[in-house]
Amino acid sequence: MKRVRFWGTRGSLPIALTADAVRRKLLAVLRAARGRELATDADVERFLAGVPFADTGTYGGHSSCVQLDTAGDDFFVCDMGSGLRPFGQAAMAQRAGKAGQTFHVFQSHLHWDHIMGLPFFVPAFIPGNRVVIYGGHEDLEFALRRQQERPSFPVDFSIFGAAMEFVRLEPGRVYDIAGVRISMLLQRHAGDSYGYRFEANGRTVVYSTDSEHPLGDAAHLDRFVDFFRGADLVIFDAMYSLADAITVKADWGHSSNVVGVELCQRAGARHLCLFHHEPVFDDAAIDAVLAETRRLEEITRGGSPLQVSAAYDGLEIPL
Amino acid sequence: MPIATHRYADTLVAMPAGRIDHASASQFENELLPLLEQARDGNGALVLDFSGVEYISSGGLRVLMIAATRMRSQQGRLLVSDLRSVVAEIFAISRFDRVLTVAPTLETALGSCSAAALAAYRRSTATP
Repeated sequence: MKRVRFWGTRGSLPIALTADAVRRKLLAVLRAARGRELATDADVERFLAGVPFADTGTYGGHSSCVQLDTAGDDFFVCDMGSGLRPFGQAAMAQRAGKAGQTFHVFQSHLHWDHIMGLPFFVPAFIPGNRVVIYGGHEDLEFALRRQQERPSFPVDFSIFGAAMEFVRLEPGRVYDIAGVRISMLLQRHAGDSYGYRFEANGRTVVYSTDSEHPLGDAAHLDRFVDFFRGADLVIFDAMYSLADAITVKADWGHSSNVVGVELCQRAGARHLCLFHHEPVFDDAAIDAVLAETRRLEEITRGGSPLQVSAAYDGLEIPL
Repeated sequence: MPIATHRYADTLVAMPAGRIDHASASQFENELLPLLEQARDGNGALVLDFSGVEYISSGGLRVLMIAATRMRSQQGRLLVSDLRSVVAEIFAISRFDRVLTVAPTLETALGSCSAAALAAYRRSTATP
C-alpha cells in the first residue's frame, strides 16, 4: 500500500461549512496578517503555513469514506458515506472515464451515514465496471437495495450498470483480495460493526470506526491491541471525549481520543488518525482535540513515538 | 498493594499510589469500591488523595466514574485532590475534570466536606 486518502471523515451526519464560519476564518487570517510583509506569493504561503488549520482549512463535512491506494490497479475503499461521491468522481477522472475498473468496498456497518454515498457513486453506473461490496452483516445487500427504494429515493438500485457483487466476510479468517491480506474484527456498535486490517507490501492499515470499547473488559481490549499490532496507520473512531463516552454517551457505540492513544501505544502502532469527528464540533474544536491528543501521547509515551493526526476530507497519508 | 486510608473526623481519605494502568485498573477497582461502604460511616464523603498517583489510564478513570456514581446514589460525595501535573493533564484531556470534583489540595477537599474534617486535618499537620 502506498497511501491512504480520506474522502469523508465526519461522524453520523455530513455537515457543511457555513458562510459565517468562512467569514470567521477570514477574519482570523486577516488579523494574523496585520503588519506582515506579504509582497510575494511565497511570503503568503509561508505566512499561511503558520496559521492554525482551523483558520486556513476545514476538517470537512462528508461522512465516512477512506481510500487505500494499493500497488495494484483495483480501487480499495472503506465505507460508502457521502465522501464516496467525490471519490467516484476522482476515480473516473484518474482513469479518464474508462470502464473495466474494479472497486473493492469494505463496509464497517450499514448505518445511514456509511451507505448514503452509493446512489451518487458514478462508477457504479458504468457498464463494464465491477463494484464488490464486502461486509460482515447478513443484510448487507438488503440494506443497500432498500435505501434506494421508494419513497426514500427516486432511482432504484437496479439502475446501476456496473456488476454489483456482495461478499460476506467472517471475523477470524484471513482473506487475500487482489493482493491485499485482509482480516476483520467484530466491534461493539448498535447492530454490530466490523474493523478491517489491510496488509500489503510490508505496510499495514487498520480501519476501526463506529466502535465502542468497554473499558472494564480486558479481553475485549486485548483483542483490539492484537488487531492494531504493529500497524503503520490506525484510523480510529475518536468521536467523543472519554468522559462523554463512558457517561452520557455510554452505549452509543463510539470511542475517544484517549482510548485510541492507549490502544495504539499498547499495540506498537506507528500512526493514529482520529476519525469520525463529532458533527457538532467546529474546526477549532477538532484542532484542540488534536493538540490535546498529541500532548497525551507525549506525556504517556513509553516506547517509540506515536504520530497523531486528525483526518480531514482530502488528507493523504503516505505509508 | 492495598489503598492506605485515614479518617479525619467524619471524612474518609484514601491514598492510592503508583500507576493505575490497564494492568492494574481492576485491582484498583477491587480495592476502591469497598471503601465506598466505609465512607457511609462518616458524613458520606470520600476524598481520594492522588498525590501518590503517577499515571491513570482510561480504565482507572472508569473506576473513578463508577465510584462517583455509587457515592451519589448513597447520597455521598467523591472528591479527588492533589493531582500531579501529568494526571491533571490526563483529567483535562479526558474531560474528567468536568465530571468529577477535583480539589487542588487535600485541605481544600476536606474543607468542602466538613468543618470537623478540616479541623482534624489542620491539627494533624500543625507544627508543635
